[in-house]
Amino acid sequence: MAVTQAKLDAASARLAALDVPAGGWMAAARKDAVARLQAMGLPGKRDEYWRYTDPTALTQVAATPAALFDASDEAPVFDGIDRVRLVFVDGVFDPAQSDDPAAAGVELLSRQGAEIHWAQGLYGVLETRGQTPVARPLAALNTAAATEGVLIRVTEKAAKPINLIYLHKSETSDAILHHCVKLEAGAELTLLENGPAAARFNKVLEVEVADGARFHHIRAQGRDHQRRAVTHIFARLGAESLFKSFTLTANGVLTRNEAVLELTGDDAVAHVAGAAVGDGDFLHDDTVFVTHAAERCESRQVFKKVLKNGAVGVFQGKILVKPGAQKTDGYQISQSLLLDEASQFLAKPELEIYADDVKCSHGSTSGAIDETALYYLRSRGVPLRQAQSLLVLAFLAEAIAEIEDETIAEDVRARLEAWLARHEG
Amino acid sequence: MLEIKNLHVKLEDDEKVILKGLNLTVETGKVHAIMGPNGSGKSTLSYVLSGRDGYEVTDGSATLDGVELLEMEPEERAAAGLFLAFQYPVEIPGVGNMTFLRTAVNAQRKARGEEEMSAGEFLKVVREKAKSLKIDAEMMKRPVNVGFSGGEKKRNEILQMAMLEPKMCILDETDSGLDVDAMKLVAEGVNALRNEGRSFLVITHYQRLLDHIKPDVVHIMADGRIVKTGGPELALEVENNGYADILAEVL
Repeated sequence: MAVTQAKLDAASARLAALDVPAGGWMAAARKDAVARLQAMGLPGKRDEYWRYTDPTALTQVAATPAALFDASDEAPVFDGIDRVRLVFVDGVFDPAQSDDPAAAGVELLSRQGAEIHWAQGLYGVLETRGQTPVARPLAALNTAAATEGVLIRVTEKAAKPINLIYLHKSETSDAILHHCVKLEAGAELTLLENGPAAARFNKVLEVEVADGARFHHIRAQGRDHQRRAVTHIFARLGAESLFKSFTLTANGVLTRNEAVLELTGDDAVAHVAGAAVGDGDFLHDDTVFVTHAAERCESRQVFKKVLKNGAVGVFQGKILVKPGAQKTDGYQISQSLLLDEASQFLAKPELEIYADDVKCSHGSTSGAIDETALYYLRSRGVPLRQAQSLLVLAFLAEAIAEIEDETIAEDVRARLEAWLARHEG
Repeated sequence: MLEIKNLHVKLEDDEKVILKGLNLTVETGKVHAIMGPNGSGKSTLSYVLSGRDGYEVTDGSATLDGVELLEMEPEERAAAGLFLAFQYPVEIPGVGNMTFLRTAVNAQRKARGEEEMSAGEFLKVVREKAKSLKIDAEMMKRPVNVGFSGGEKKRNEILQMAMLEPKMCILDETDSGLDVDAMKLVAEGVNALRNEGRSFLVITHYQRLLDHIKPDVVHIMADGRIVKTGGPELALEVENNGYADILAEVL
């Protein structure tokens, strides 16, 4: 389908309003990204992968202001974990609130010069690969315009998790962050992300997981009701490597989380999971594309959404098994728990398989709380609200089980319990 | 003491009347059995007493130690001391059996203004009680009733009963789906809980359960009412001759 003029105009308008930085080793990558974006245009409502989620708020020139939200009624997530804290305020690195990035081997995108850098092989590279067969213009926009982010290269097991903390202080902030993470062979890293980031947030995370390396990613997207975000994870996995990503989303008017994972080495394992809870004006979209391009790889997609008072959940998940990717084990489940009739869940699971010796399964369901289970719990003396929370958490359990670290999983569970307590009735 | 007077119940979404003026008194410390043909309303009685949705009480009352049960929420009835061992225990994926039990025990304690049981104390008590019902640690870790055999589910019900220490226990066809050995085990679990302050209402189709749980009083239920009351010999009469003779006599 030809790209409509409106989409091209939108891209030009957006680029014109942004300062696409010049210079530095990223200059060529940025220039290429501008060209990609100018050819694709920005997403429109009629695009196949934007049918359920209106991209207007993400593509328009100015961010819609978002009221600040006071989340001081609970301690920030991951607080109990010994980690390296790197704080971004409205998308800008804040050294005063952060640990020393250099001590943790982290470099800042904002302080890069023209010298040759390892991240040249990564910045915009995985994003570019991820543009086919499905265009992801907002990621190209990110590569073109991002001036902030981190560059992390790990050669062994990292001493501590690295925690990127995104604070939202301005009602009109429009943040773009681009992170590159490279795990060399056998390395291991846990990356934590939390916070709302900005009124509008566009983030790209490119992750190269080399042979035998292990990457754990856990993020919590902040409780701000009015925030809007589009995020992309682009990952490439080498042989016998592991990639695990879990996202907790509570509140937010609009969240589109894309994950584009490519299993390129034999025996690699990629898991991507999410638990989203929304009450009222809430749209949460998980769009996932997993490509099996090697033998005996395993992938799992586990997405659960709890929706009430008109909240909307979207899931678009694809497993592509390339010719020769024999013994692939692909699994995909997307489920929603609709707490009332006003809420809805839109799911589009896809499998495309070109190898003949594979195991792929997918399932998608929408349902209400099981009244019989509720009665059973109550008949044992568990009060209605508590019984409902117990069943909601039980519904989310399979997604939370994707977090390997039990301390972090417990922290996430506690957030969800608190959210449910606040959104009772 | 459970006192049911003139209880009339119909289905909520249907004009179908199921209980038609049921009267029943179970004295404290006694074991009463209810037998009756299919469709006589036995299970409905257990559901209505425990507060399941879908039924409408059109007349009558049911009190436990003088407190009206029918106006309470299911959890309030449980806290007041009522327990129903389900004919078909419900599977709850994602909720661990141990978590479920501890949540229930502490919720009831909280509702009664008692102190919650500590994790350590709870574990000690539950292990001891589970052992006597041959419930192993693995079963306690699994989600509630998920993947349990018929016998395991029923034993799990009795474990809940043992942990919650109710005043009034209703056993709804607890023998259904059990082989002889499993039935003995369940009956032993129930018998261990018999005491002066606890009453039982055992709903069953068959005499054989009553060989193991010896009732003080046996009632015959038909068409939504108790139609005959007697001693344990009444159960034997049903076993030998079926319901037809008794029903012909009373109706």
